Amino acid sequence: MNLHAILSILVFSPLLGIAVLALMPKDQEKSIKLVGFLATLPALLISLAAYAHYLAGKHLSDFSVSVEWIHFRGMNVEAPYFAVNYELALSGFQLLLVVLTAVVATLASIAARYVKKEWKGFFMLFLLLEVGMLGVFTAENLILFFIFFEVTLIPTFFLIGKWGYFEREKAAYSFLIYNGLGSAVLLIVIMILFAKTGTTNINILKDILADPSAPVSGDLKLGLLIALLVAFGVKLPIFPLHSWMLRVHVQAPVPTVMIHSGILLKIGAYGLIRFGMGLFPEQFDTLSTLIAVLGVINLLYGAFLAFIQTDFKMVLAYSSISHMGIVLIGLAAMNEAGVQGAIFQVISHGLISALLFFIVGVLYERTDTSLIGNLGGMAKGMPVAAGFLLAGAMASLGLPGMSGFVSEFMAFLGLFKEMPWLAAVGTIGIIMTAAYLLRAVLGMTFGKSHREFTGVVDLKGVEFVPVVVLMLLIVLIGVYPSVLSSPLQATLETIMPGLGG
Amino acid sequence: MSFETLSQFNWSVMTPEFIILGVAALLTIMDLFMPKGQDRRILGWIGIAAIAAAMVSVASLAGGAVVSILDDTFRLDSFAIAFKLLLLGGAGLVMFLAVSYEAKDGMEEYRGEFYYLFLTALLGAMFMASSGDLITLFIGLELLSVSSYILAGIRKHNLKSNESAMKYVINGGISTAITLFGMSYVYGLTGSTNLLAIAQSLSGLTDGQHVYLLGLSFLMIFVGLAFKLAAAPFHMWAPDVYQGAPTPVTAFLSVVSKTAGFVIVIRILLTVFGAATTKGPGSMPILLDMQDYIAFIAGATMIIGNVVALKQSNIKRMFAYSSIAHAGYILVALTSLSSNMFYSIWFYLLAYLFMNLGAFAVIQIVTEKNGSAKIADFAGLYRRSPGLAVVMGILLISLAGFPGTAGFIGKLNIFIGAFAGTPHYVLASIMIATTVVSYFYYFGVMTQIFFRPAANEDRFKIPASILVVLIVAVVGSVLFGVMPNIALDFMNNNLDILADFFS
Repeated sequence: MNLHAILSILVFSPLLGIAVLALMPKDQEKSIKLVGFLATLPALLISLAAYAHYLAGKHLSDFSVSVEWIHFRGMNVEAPYFAVNYELALSGFQLLLVVLTAVVATLASIAARYVKKEWKGFFMLFLLLEVGMLGVFTAENLILFFIFFEVTLIPTFFLIGKWGYFEREKAAYSFLIYNGLGSAVLLIVIMILFAKTGTTNINILKDILADPSAPVSGDLKLGLLIALLVAFGVKLPIFPLHSWMLRVHVQAPVPTVMIHSGILLKIGAYGLIRFGMGLFPEQFDTLSTLIAVLGVINLLYGAFLAFIQTDFKMVLAYSSISHMGIVLIGLAAMNEAGVQGAIFQVISHGLISALLFFIVGVLYERTDTSLIGNLGGMAKGMPVAAGFLLAGAMASLGLPGMSGFVSEFMAFLGLFKEMPWLAAVGTIGIIMTAAYLLRAVLGMTFGKSHREFTGVVDLKGVEFVPVVVLMLLIVLIGVYPSVLSSPLQATLETIMPGLGG
Repeated sequence: MSFETLSQFNWSVMTPEFIILGVAALLTIMDLFMPKGQDRRILGWIGIAAIAAAMVSVASLAGGAVVSILDDTFRLDSFAIAFKLLLLGGAGLVMFLAVSYEAKDGMEEYRGEFYYLFLTALLGAMFMASSGDLITLFIGLELLSVSSYILAGIRKHNLKSNESAMKYVINGGISTAITLFGMSYVYGLTGSTNLLAIAQSLSGLTDGQHVYLLGLSFLMIFVGLAFKLAAAPFHMWAPDVYQGAPTPVTAFLSVVSKTAGFVIVIRILLTVFGAATTKGPGSMPILLDMQDYIAFIAGATMIIGNVVALKQSNIKRMFAYSSIAHAGYILVALTSLSSNMFYSIWFYLLAYLFMNLGAFAVIQIVTEKNGSAKIADFAGLYRRSPGLAVVMGILLISLAGFPGTAGFIGKLNIFIGAFAGTPHYVLASIMIATTVVSYFYYFGVMTQIFFRPAANEDRFKIPASILVVLIVAVVGSVLFGVMPNIALDFMNNNLDILADFFS
């Protein structure tokens, strides 16, 4: 069987949904929501099938596809063309992110039941966003990566600006401008590499840059890496480039924020690992102390500020900043445990934050508030939701047996080996994480109740699907981490030699 | 020149110009003999047919050797063909806008003129693309300019339109004078007006005094032509002229006239100053020596265009600044002088033609319906006319340079040139940073269209001719964004600009 077309089908399958939606009348709420949900399923099924393909012991390279696409005119006779091919491929790391994307997108489309208006436009943009995300994780050259990266930008702008909460337009603009600047810096890096080497294929670039006679000097490489750090630092976000993300997390509608914190932030981590570490390993090593310090700052800054928030959404937003610090810490360790921990954290946080933001969305839907004070005593009115909230918070603070523990443990294990002092400072963040999450969650579930919860319905019906699926995945990773670590093995083996570790 | 010499010329290379000239003359006469009350739109349709025929004939000339006739004043090389296609395409789409433009404010009586003046302006631009001599270049420039002055003021009883024409005449006149003065130095030093002859006699220039004089002349010519491109700091006229002129004329100025501006800049700067040496044969050409000035103008144009556009509340003024900014991007390609310069400029102008003319088509519909040109008039367009809103959305995204659109590929081309060879990091960074600034105002219009409620729910009636423009613009913007090789391959296969530009 020819598998080369599979990835293209996977990436562009949501477009089918867009086409169907375009033909539907815009006031049929129920069927539009159904179509929107169904349209995410092909990508989910194909990505799971790809995972099964891998489990069956076959090669992921079966899926690679490369077709000639654009020939820019080159600069001289020896290189008459600068070719950009249409190239998609999967490695273990990319496979995991694609599965994560497909899962979260499907669950978010269920959460889209709370969308109140213009469902048709919402789902069309939502599905376009899914195309962008799947493309980002499968693209094999930098230009294609950038194209998909920008494709995520425009739908997200509209999803926030039109369907968000009160200050939605402001949030949408700060999203657009910060990310626009980030991608502008990224574009500079890509175009410099392209103009100097004549290719943007990631694997070829890796070989060219590893060659000391390459037309890219060490200083330029260091500059490019710093630029990448800024570009993806906006996305991740790294302190002090994070302020846009707080607004987005508070103002965006539930499905968008699930996607945003679950997947879009992870593009930053993915980019740092694949391009930062993958293309410039030596320079990454030079900067590793800086990156570790940034990671610890992120971890502590997020944790301390999360501790004083009154809005649970803000707690989660700062918590995301804090958890992304752990990704940086793991990467800065530059050893196998650290990098593996960072990747684990990327995936684990994707699941956990999607779960928590979904529950917050449910609460907001029922009570019109997400302030911790106003939600006190919800365990009485909504025991099931409160239970899942507590479980999600436990996963987030790293309770053993859940995914958060594995990733934090490995990331710190890595850093303790390389920079024990920084790691020791970082552990304060772990303690703070437990403190702020318990403060917030206990305040909501068992806190003093300021309101009656009569008439407030607990989780019901289809709402159980996202909650249960995410929870199961979190526990699965926690007790059986090799679902992640075995596909990652090959990826780590290709990154590690470059690091000399 | 006897009849024999005349008849020996290969006149067929001028077919496109003859078609436009003939039809312009024909329309003048028809306009004269048509009864007063009769609808003059038919003249517009004839004009469109003429432009289409001229396009076909230009395309059929592609791929041949360089032909030059009339004592080398008129030359048909790949450069001329490539840019004539752009000029004709742009003018054709503008004519579609003009056909459905509602005449008012004293323009009713001049409807016929409205159409054939577009043709004469186009003829001037085409001559510039094909000229091998300073005199014909200048005459082409004047033909284009004078026609445009009248067009800008054609709404006789409208104060803004009058202001627009007045400002345009004065600014245009001054800039032409400066250019001409600069040209006079070149003539004085070489004794010839033929571009290639000038290039040849300057290629061995050693005298420092002469180099100095030529440097001055370079600056004067470039400053004069910068007016035409609306490059900062010589852009002041653009917003006022764009605002007051009828929308099709604004579209013409922002696309066709600008393309023609780049044509003449490239012709003169590259042949004359690209060949003129600073210290004898083989030394650095004056153009390279003066690169910093072009870089400065490019940077200033991008910054001023994009930043000032932020504050505009009138959509036509906003697009005036936006078009200033786009001229800045193209100047980056000119500054970098890389071997793909022609291609990147040509492709960017092609992308710009589609996205800008499409946007002006939407602007024309919305402003005619509302009777004003405020950005706030776009509020709720998505509710009133979803199709129109999505079209405008795509065009704005292309103008902002997002992937999937021709605007993005155009920018990539420019970046490749800017980073290859001697990299221009600062200029490229300014270009990227100002592009991000441009998101603010392009997305500001989008906010109005998609997020704001509509003042009323009236639907729009889209005339067939504008529909044509919208379809062509969107298809062009997306097609050349996804499959840019259709255009790039055409250039590579048929038009080897570099090879025959200097011969």
